Amino acid sequence: MLPDVQEMRLTPASAARINWFKYAAPQNFFSLSGKLLPYLSWLAALFSGAGLYVGLLLAPTDFQQGDAYRIIFVHVPAAWMSMVIYLAMAFWSALGLAFHTRVSAMMASALAPTGAMFTFLALWTGALWGKPTWGTWWVWDARLTSELILLFLYAGYMALQASIDDPRRADRAGAVLALVGVVNVPIIYFSVQWWNTLHQGSSINLKSAPSMAMTMLLGMLLLALGFWAYTIAVTLARARCIVLERERHTEWVQQLDGVRA
Amino acid sequence: MIWNSWQEMLAMGGYGRYVWGSLGMVALCLLVEVLALRQRQRRARQALRASGGMQ
Repeated sequence: MLPDVQEMRLTPASAARINWFKYAAPQNFFSLSGKLLPYLSWLAALFSGAGLYVGLLLAPTDFQQGDAYRIIFVHVPAAWMSMVIYLAMAFWSALGLAFHTRVSAMMASALAPTGAMFTFLALWTGALWGKPTWGTWWVWDARLTSELILLFLYAGYMALQASIDDPRRADRAGAVLALVGVVNVPIIYFSVQWWNTLHQGSSINLKSAPSMAMTMLLGMLLLALGFWAYTIAVTLARARCIVLERERHTEWVQQLDGVRA
Repeated sequence: MIWNSWQEMLAMGGYGRYVWGSLGMVALCLLVEVLALRQRQRRARQALRASGGMQ
């Protein structure tokens, strides 16, 4: 029997639809991420360089805080990334649990070290900003404490994964931890509204106009974009390492061209 | 350009320690992460080559 010609023809809509599950296969992920990496690295360098230029050479001195406020250019982007990366980690963990897609779990574990690093940087730059403006490196207020808990969540996630030898079981245990810990992210974000904190409220939100000068805002947003590109690049590069380590014995990895990998 | 000299920029109006201590730590962390990642990549490829792949 001849197949129905009408059925075989691709409609424009179905032709344009991307099959996202294609990239859940490590082989396809590996080749796509390899192509994206150089562009992401360049974007990270360009945005960060532009942000530093605007923030350190163009933005005026603050009339209240003097030049101490310039810490904002790295503090706020680092704090944003620490929360965004955790959300992304929980997202990939959920996908991995639901669909058993190997790359989802690899992405989740590839995000953790970078998330922990940005959390540490948010705390470090916050301490260096707190000393000249509040007179103390640290206070146990809601914002600082919940951000510290975020650092412990990242550390716990990595320690848990490292302690389980079977990668599949390590992925599942890590995913459950990541999903349980995700309640901490809204707590960090809204802590300055829910509790009376020493930490100031947000200068930028979706509801009102930002309460900062344009050049200051521009420098901060450029560095935020730079950190985004950096995070995606580093995460993809780390996920590629995980692919090589875990799929070492598969035929497609064995046949990889040494130069391109 | 808001600074009149390099010294002025370095001093950051008296807050130089805090501002450069922040930026320096950020730069150091990013650099260490990238170098550690390179090392991990190299090791993964070596292990592959040892097992017969990636000629």
